[in-house]
Amino acid sequence: MTGPFDELPDTEWVGDEAGAIVRPYVLTRGRTEPASGRFDLVTLAVTVRSVPHRDSGLDPECLTIVRLCQQPQSVAEVAAHTNLPAGTVRVLLGDLLDQGYIALQEPHSETDMHDERLYRAVLDGLRAL
Amino acid sequence: MDSVRSSRDAGRIKLPKAIKILVAGGFGAGKTTLVGAVSEIAPLSTEETLTNRGVGIDDLSGVESKRTTTVAMDFGRITIGDAYRLYLFGTPGQERFWFLWDELALGALGAVVIADTRRLADCFPSLDYFERRQTPFIVAVNCFDGARRYDLEEVRLGLTLHEDIPIVMCDARQRESGKEVLIALVEHAMRTRLGATVGGDPPSP
Repeated sequence: MTGPFDELPDTEWVGDEAGAIVRPYVLTRGRTEPASGRFDLVTLAVTVRSVPHRDSGLDPECLTIVRLCQQPQSVAEVAAHTNLPAGTVRVLLGDLLDQGYIALQEPHSETDMHDERLYRAVLDGLRAL
Repeated sequence: MDSVRSSRDAGRIKLPKAIKILVAGGFGAGKTTLVGAVSEIAPLSTEETLTNRGVGIDDLSGVESKRTTTVAMDFGRITIGDAYRLYLFGTPGQERFWFLWDELALGALGAVVIADTRRLADCFPSLDYFERRQTPFIVAVNCFDGARRYDLEEVRLGLTLHEDIPIVMCDARQRESGKEVLIALVEHAMRTRLGATVGGDPPSP
């Protein structure tokens, strides 16, 4: 995971500010939409393959996501834990979905919101907190 | 071969269903406080990078006319057994980020609008938004220390709130109080969406 610039912490030609902006787009190679899948902020992702080794060719960020999603995580959680913008995470998750590393669970749609069992379960759960 | 195995695995894994609840209100009304009080995890923050594509979409010079904005949102989580997970999102306060609300509001169970009695007017935009979008919502009046206590009906009048919209007092810092707010919202959303069928005996087989 050691990159060529890791040994140069004082490098000034890319400041922290610039890095925070540039890095997400480099990671996604300029893409702003995922190649596969529909990703709401609460779409859940779970890793369905054994976590690959560092030399698998996955970006360090993708490796982190694959590890993180061994427990199901929402897009928002993955974004928060990796410090990446949600849009970047969507693109990376789309790639990982294509490569068979993760599976997705879509959130409830508006039509699912007419299921009385859902409300009963949520109310019971909240009361039991 | 890997892909065959992974797709079979994917089918076997039972994931919970995620449910969104929005927490709206003016700046400093207590959105993040409420999320933090009821969440099982320390509230997290995520950033959405938004591209304003509205104007000049056909403009070949494109690059200059596209503006990106980054909006931070705080959120928390409540696990409901194996089947459901609630995600509570504090909505970004500024009016110009409402296009982000649209994505958030899509498929949301409902919304809590937090009213601060010291600045009641701050929650008007949220009320208007959810009314227009027909997202079920309730109003939670956050009782800050030292804030003037209002009668709930006074607040209802002040907000010109329809009598069907529940309005509750809360202390956004207290977990129990936050729980009561969420329960009131879920009950209201259930009544709104399922109407008269709620609470009746299931039809005999």
